[in-house]
Amino acid sequence: MRAILTIASLSVAAMPAAADELDVQITIPQLNVAEYHRPYVAAWIANEDHSVAANLAVWYQLEQRSSDEGETWLKDLRQWWRRAGRSMDMPADGISGPTQAPGTHDIVLDTETGPLADLEPGSYTLVVEAVREVGGREMVSIPFSWPLDPAETLSGEGETELGLISLQIISEDSN
Amino acid sequence: MTRMTGRIAALAATSLLLAGQASAHRAWILPSTFTLSGEAQRITVDAAISNDLFYPNHHALSLESVSVTAPDGSDVPLEDAASGEYRSVFDIPLTQQGTYKIGSAGAGFFASWEEDGERRRWRGSAEDLAEAGIAEKPEVSLTRSVRRIETFVTLGAPTETVFSIEGEGLELQPSTHPNDVFAGEEISFGFTLDGAPAAGIEVEVVLGNDRYRDGGGMVTLTSDEEGQITFTPEEPGPYWLSAEAEGTVMFEESEIPSRTSYVMTFEALPF
Repeated sequence: MRAILTIASLSVAAMPAAADELDVQITIPQLNVAEYHRPYVAAWIANEDHSVAANLAVWYQLEQRSSDEGETWLKDLRQWWRRAGRSMDMPADGISGPTQAPGTHDIVLDTETGPLADLEPGSYTLVVEAVREVGGREMVSIPFSWPLDPAETLSGEGETELGLISLQIISEDSN
Repeated sequence: MTRMTGRIAALAATSLLLAGQASAHRAWILPSTFTLSGEAQRITVDAAISNDLFYPNHHALSLESVSVTAPDGSDVPLEDAASGEYRSVFDIPLTQQGTYKIGSAGAGFFASWEEDGERRRWRGSAEDLAEAGIAEKPEVSLTRSVRRIETFVTLGAPTETVFSIEGEGLELQPSTHPNDVFAGEEISFGFTLDGAPAAGIEVEVVLGNDRYRDGGGMVTLTSDEEGQITFTPEEPGPYWLSAEAEGTVMFEESEIPSRTSYVMTFEALPF
């Protein structure tokens, strides 16, 4: 399965010319366990001092009238909670999303608007953290230089709660 | 009043109340969760004096002196409180974003004197002391005692308001927020004694679950001139921190011995 979450789609539509996009691909592995709940997943770009340069996504059980406990477990994404979540108002526009099923998911971000617009050239790390109810937790970090070389795909792989994680630039002319 | 005459007597009196603080017995308050997210939450808390950390196996910690301070400084009443032989428990509803303090504090005096050929001992608050005329007893020796047993929990982002000091006894002035501790990262805690930096005090930090290991998991530190200790909790888990300071304090123009203690539980999360 392949789901496209285009966070900056509205902004893109408003742009006169399409710009480069950053595609962050997150694979949630299929697990054969007795009790399976979809994981909470957070993705962010960290500065070298671990502070947050850009929040990309947090997938969790969004609170509804029927269930108001979704935010209770956000703190279990413990690095994300520490670096970003605890000082954010949830749900966060363009960041919060529902939990995702096993499979590959793309977070596509316009490089000139939204969270990437203010990213200065330099060294960063893409961090993806996943935690599953009655399950484990895993964090995958992929260091990269910004701006990213469009010819390059960077990737990392989790072993338990996350599968292949990759990031690459999708150029306007490559579409 | 009479100057203190016998240090042994003073220490004996001290041991009455501080039995739970002796090296083998550790007093602690342990919340079910230290760090929480969401709009409002509820935690349950254990309070005990035990040999092993954090297994209640000696005596319940009395809830009489336990209070909870919300981020805005208000008192939060304990809910569903109960004390058994070995453990006290209570719930706390967390409705404000920020850091709460859960603490047991006690301050008072120990007195010892000879009356009618017998050794008499007394303990109580400063008000009781004056009312009972203890300071006028013959050959009385007095010791001031201040003890604090604390822990901190945070809903949302950590705040600093509950760290305002009262200026009495040993108190924590954290450089690292106690709800922001991760294994493998260096942390610093500061201490004040009667409101001034507590230099040169001994602080013991012990990793919980000591029942499942033969030794280790313990570090003894001495505070620097600013009253700070710095260390790295290598292992994730709940920790018990204990500091003690002995000295003297002025009481009605006399210098009397003072024993103060500070205990805090905190957790180091895995990175």
